[in-house]
Amino acid sequence: MDLKDRLTELKFKALGEIETVEDLKRINEIRVNLLGKKGPITEVLRGMKDLSKEERPVVGSFANKVRDELTEAIAKRSEKLEIIKIAKKLEKEKIDVTLPGVSVKVGQSHIIMQVIDQLEKFFLGMGYQVVDGPEVEEDHYNFEMMNLPKDHPARDMQDTFYITNQILMRTQTSPVQARTMEKHDFSKGPLKMISPGKVYRRDTDDATHSHQFHQVEGLVIDKHITMADLKGTLQAIARTVFGDEREIRLRPSYFPFTEPSVEVDVSCFKCGGNGCSVCKQTGWIEVLGAGMVHPNVLTMAGIDSTVYGGFAFGLGPDRFAMLKYGVDDIREFYLNDVRFLSQFSQKGQR
Amino acid sequence: MKISTKWLKDYIDLDIDAQELAEKIERTAVEVDSVSRPDKGLKKIVVGKTIEVKKHPGSDHLNICKVDIGEEELAQIVCGAPNIIANKKVIVALPGSRIAGNVKIKRSKMRGEISEGMICSLQEIGFSESVVPKDYADGIYFLPENAEPGDAVYSYLGMDEDIIDLDVTPNRADMLSMRGTAYELAAIYDKKVTVKKPEIQEDESDSIEKYLQIAADEKLSSTYLIRVIKDVHVKESPMWLQKRLWNAGIRPTNNVVDVTNYILLEYGQPLHSFDYDKIAGKKIEVRLAKTGESLTTLDDEKRELLASDIVIADANGPIALAGTMGGLESGISETTEIVALEAAVFNSSSIRKTARKHNLHSEASMRFERGINRETVLEALNKAVQLIAELGNGKIVSGIAKGAKENVQATSIKITTKKINDVLGTKLSDVTIIDIFERLGFEVEGKEDTLQVLVPARRWDISIPADLIEEVARIYGYDNLPATLPSGDATPGRYTYKQRVIRDTRSILESTGLMQAISYGLTSSKKAQRFMLDAAQETHLDFPMSSDRTTLRMNLVSGLLDDVAYNNARKVSNVMLYEQGRVFYRAEEDERPQEIEHVAAAMTGLYESQSWHDEKKVVDFYVIKGIVDHLLAKLGATNVIYKATQRYEEMHPGRTADIFLDDLLLGFIGEIHPNIAKEYGIARTYVFELDLQKIIDFNNKLTVYQPVSKYPVITRDVAIAINKDIENAKIVDFIQSRSSKILKTIELFDVYEGGKIGINKKSMAYKLTYSDVSKTLADDEVNVDFEKVMQELKQEFKAEIR
Repeated sequence: MDLKDRLTELKFKALGEIETVEDLKRINEIRVNLLGKKGPITEVLRGMKDLSKEERPVVGSFANKVRDELTEAIAKRSEKLEIIKIAKKLEKEKIDVTLPGVSVKVGQSHIIMQVIDQLEKFFLGMGYQVVDGPEVEEDHYNFEMMNLPKDHPARDMQDTFYITNQILMRTQTSPVQARTMEKHDFSKGPLKMISPGKVYRRDTDDATHSHQFHQVEGLVIDKHITMADLKGTLQAIARTVFGDEREIRLRPSYFPFTEPSVEVDVSCFKCGGNGCSVCKQTGWIEVLGAGMVHPNVLTMAGIDSTVYGGFAFGLGPDRFAMLKYGVDDIREFYLNDVRFLSQFSQKGQR
Repeated sequence: MKISTKWLKDYIDLDIDAQELAEKIERTAVEVDSVSRPDKGLKKIVVGKTIEVKKHPGSDHLNICKVDIGEEELAQIVCGAPNIIANKKVIVALPGSRIAGNVKIKRSKMRGEISEGMICSLQEIGFSESVVPKDYADGIYFLPENAEPGDAVYSYLGMDEDIIDLDVTPNRADMLSMRGTAYELAAIYDKKVTVKKPEIQEDESDSIEKYLQIAADEKLSSTYLIRVIKDVHVKESPMWLQKRLWNAGIRPTNNVVDVTNYILLEYGQPLHSFDYDKIAGKKIEVRLAKTGESLTTLDDEKRELLASDIVIADANGPIALAGTMGGLESGISETTEIVALEAAVFNSSSIRKTARKHNLHSEASMRFERGINRETVLEALNKAVQLIAELGNGKIVSGIAKGAKENVQATSIKITTKKINDVLGTKLSDVTIIDIFERLGFEVEGKEDTLQVLVPARRWDISIPADLIEEVARIYGYDNLPATLPSGDATPGRYTYKQRVIRDTRSILESTGLMQAISYGLTSSKKAQRFMLDAAQETHLDFPMSSDRTTLRMNLVSGLLDDVAYNNARKVSNVMLYEQGRVFYRAEEDERPQEIEHVAAAMTGLYESQSWHDEKKVVDFYVIKGIVDHLLAKLGATNVIYKATQRYEEMHPGRTADIFLDDLLLGFIGEIHPNIAKEYGIARTYVFELDLQKIIDFNNKLTVYQPVSKYPVITRDVAIAINKDIENAKIVDFIQSRSSKILKTIELFDVYEGGKIGINKKSMAYKLTYSDVSKTLADDEVNVDFEKVMQELKQEFKAEIR
């Protein structure tokens, strides 16, 4: 048998073996055996020295071809076996995807604080500053600077915790406004502020009353502020907190620190204004009080009321949260029942 | 103020549905509490006439009555009322009727006797206990003689009238009267008000000078008038008057008192009637009470008078508390023959003080506090004496006794239409604005756009231009105002640094799984002064509502423990709460406390629950410490030191540490004392409280970029056995201080006690990481440094390197 025939025979035998091998280790052995220095092809090539000059390149090229074919076959088979091996491994790694995920531990803000945060973001965007002030106030700032002298009948509207004759727990966050107005330099631009925070009233706690609750009061003072500006601002708040479709309406009311004073109703976000239990069949829900700053308040703060004017409003985050989330007992906010607090962890609610 | 729309028609021609009217009032003037009709829900309640009343044979308190109910046959009705008698017109609920509370009345048998319906008291058909005349309080009601048997009772009792209950704001006290409300509605609907000046017939043969001499301090009472009516027969008022009173929520008493109340409702003018014969010395003086004086008021309460109380006094002393309540002794009784009727204006802040100090809030005091129409004091008095004379067959003594009489004038206010439009953001024409003022009954004199507006005394709430602007706004209608946003210079809206740190603190803590709690700022004295970071005085409420809310908190932990207790009591055992808020530290010499921002947390139960995937993680000192470390690191506090402390009585002495930032005490951390846990009824709880203000004040430097080493790090692990009492921080500090700069981190990865380590020993295992930013470290360099430190460690702590 000449060398070519031996190579051919060798090729077919090896190809057969490669096709049927099932093991990556074995195919590596085959590769070493066939193509290695001690392999049959090398051996055949070694026998080429006995060939004639004419035959030598012919057989040589044939032998190389055989080796290339076998190398390719081995590579192909290896690749296939590799795929099978991985597939088998992955098959073994199969898991139950319906088992619960590992829980992520994240807390959240108190619901009232979420309401305040939302309002703060809104007002910061409108160029207001957020101003804090003391919870223990002077009668002077809490009442007198708000046009509520001692013995004013409207003081009955707010029962007060006094500490001494002159010192009290603030009943509203408007004293912060009085303090800010006194200091504001109008040459640096208008005053636009909100004052969020805790307030206290001498009330017996029940489902709708709490001796402690929160307020966010707002104030804008400039040269050309109108009641229409107030209406537009209130409309924007209502839509931010209660939804884009909300309408507002103003009703006359009375606060000593504003004139005119209005009570603000928002169209019911539950029924859209058709009447339901939330709005007591009226289609409207009272949400806040507002008005144009009383000239006495400006004068007392050292602002010329013939030049400057503005509006003020006050709203209750507790009430907002109660309305918005259907909480029917204000005391829930201050008991901090984990089962209550954890209900308000969802972000991005409309 | 309850307004009967029927009564309103005396003054204004309005034919508008009550509901609609109420809506309009609410949108233009004051809030409306309710709109109601007393006969609503009632059915088949008719006039009956008792023809015969016989004792029920089977009962000692029931009567069997034959009642004419306008049918051919008399109805037999069993009645238990003690005051039932024959020949009276009564209220009969027929079988199938509905009485108050939606109760259905059926034909029934009572102790064997048929009862075809029920004879009713006023309460049973929906009258409030507080308006039922005293004579009928405990029995059935007798209708007027002219009532026709079989007729529905409602119109006889005024129950077919619509009642609008106004919630009048303090500024609109002018609407605390029928006339004031009529003027308001006239403005809203552009109508005219018709009021008649009372005509008065005096007995010219008798003169007031013979009866009284009065003196009033004008500072206490700017107007003080008295008229006298003699030969008065005190008796029940006619039905028309009683109906008006009870529909307004006032109990009819007798013709004299009822007239004073009627005038109160019509004019808003409080009046007081004295039994003239009880006034000693024909003298009346309006003055302040003197020390030691007392008065038994109409409610039969003896009151010690205060020097701030205005009193009406006769020759013997006080006979009435001015404007709040009369004296029992000088009050009208059935035997009164001569009535002295007072109409006055009292100083509002004095009345307010008296009403508050004596807890005597009446319809009269409320009006004096808020103000009354000073223009109609005399008119109201005249109408009242005329009515009393008519209803009591009396004679008016001619003349008025005057203690004081002020001259009342309209208020003149100058305003421009431009100002009105500037404030409202409107473009109303001069004509429109003038029309609104005229509808309100204000006279306007104008030169071009500058108006001089004359406001009558009945609108004493209006005194400055802003008040007029409000009038224009509400009559024009708030719905008609445009909605715009403030124009003008833009201002940046941003948080201050302090506000940012507070908000960041919240979100950092929330990222660790803590929920925000908001507890009460007021607590008990005991709870206020626990867990104190710094020494301070308590701040107490002057007049607290309850014993658990007397004092301003000086720590946040106490409130959080209340929250834990609330949860634990409801079987919620895993509680992880934080609170950010103020504590109130007062210096001895100050009245007002300082308000300091703190942050605190309380954790109990499982930090992580057992799952199919993970082991449970129980809250312990190191879990909460991890949170504090995280918080402080995020807030930029780099050199935080924990020092074991026993200085907090409320904390576990072996598991508590003070937290320092360098030398600055920031707060504390640890387990609460078992005694405290027991007191609250809560499980093992870990807490921390930090003074956030100190972190805010700490000058936090901006992060400066540090180059990241491009060269590999080398690590060395070491385990050392040392005495159990030696704190980790000491070892770490020691290694740190003795090593060269190439040591970057020391990480404790194992702590082990017992076994081969030996008694009172522990094994601590650390991983030391070395690197250099400028070159690849040689093993040798690290070894030299590491070995040196280990040798020193051995000597310093008698440590055994394992």
